[in-house]
Amino acid sequence: MATVELRFSALPEHVRTARLVAAAVARRAGVDEAVLDEVRLAVGEACTRAVGLHRSNGVDMPVRVVLTEEEKKFSIEVGDEVPETPSGPGARAGDEASGHPAPGASGESGSEEGEDEGTMGLAVISGLVDDVEVVSGPGGGVIRMSWPTTPTVELP
Amino acid sequence: MDLSLSTRTVGDRTVVEVGGEIDVYTAPKLREQLVELVNDGSYHLVVDMEGVDFLDSTGLGVLVGGLKRVRAHEGSLRLVCNQERILKIFRITGLTKVFPIHTSVQEAVSATD
Repeated sequence: MATVELRFSALPEHVRTARLVAAAVARRAGVDEAVLDEVRLAVGEACTRAVGLHRSNGVDMPVRVVLTEEEKKFSIEVGDEVPETPSGPGARAGDEASGHPAPGASGESGSEEGEDEGTMGLAVISGLVDDVEVVSGPGGGVIRMSWPTTPTVELP
Repeated sequence: MDLSLSTRTVGDRTVVEVGGEIDVYTAPKLREQLVELVNDGSYHLVVDMEGVDFLDSTGLGVLVGGLKRVRAHEGSLRLVCNQERILKIFRITGLTKVFPIHTSVQEAVSATD
């Protein structure tokens, strides 16, 4: 069962909230202090990507973040509700995998920055997180990430 | 925390002091600032990131966009950053090879290629 689950409207201003919540829960779960910056950044990147996908595909549903404390690891799932289309992976408008972000995806139509951001988001996640999996299916896409935890000694 | 921006001129360089968090929500403000500076004829920019608490790929995208714009006018975009957590993001993405990164504003404004 998820330790904390968060759903937020696909708006850029809520990504910061998701970062703060994820870092707070990760800290409690025993993720090393030195790694919390990475957790914060990776969650931010995943949520930014999901918000971009929702907005460029006109999806009204919220972005979902599932934070789970497990025995020896802390895992985060960031899910979007943009289904994979029959034409194959990467066909989702604005998905960086397609290399063709939808116009206006970054709030500036046809901007070269939009493309740079999109490709760099996943690059940053894969550079930061050792255990990461990106999947997309008919129900939408999910980025799964996890970090090891050090067991905390319970004081009497 | 929101993003704070202030600019000042040092010789032929324009120093943009950035503070706070640069993410998907605040990055458009930084983009507007850089675009405005280039449109106004400032082609040699120094972005001081010492007050930045958080930077993500959206922010990197804006900086790369700024670099493209100044280069179109044979200008330059230099960064000032000593924070390991921020430098790490530039290293992961290979952008340390793209941006000259300095340890102080003084060093950046006096640097030449």
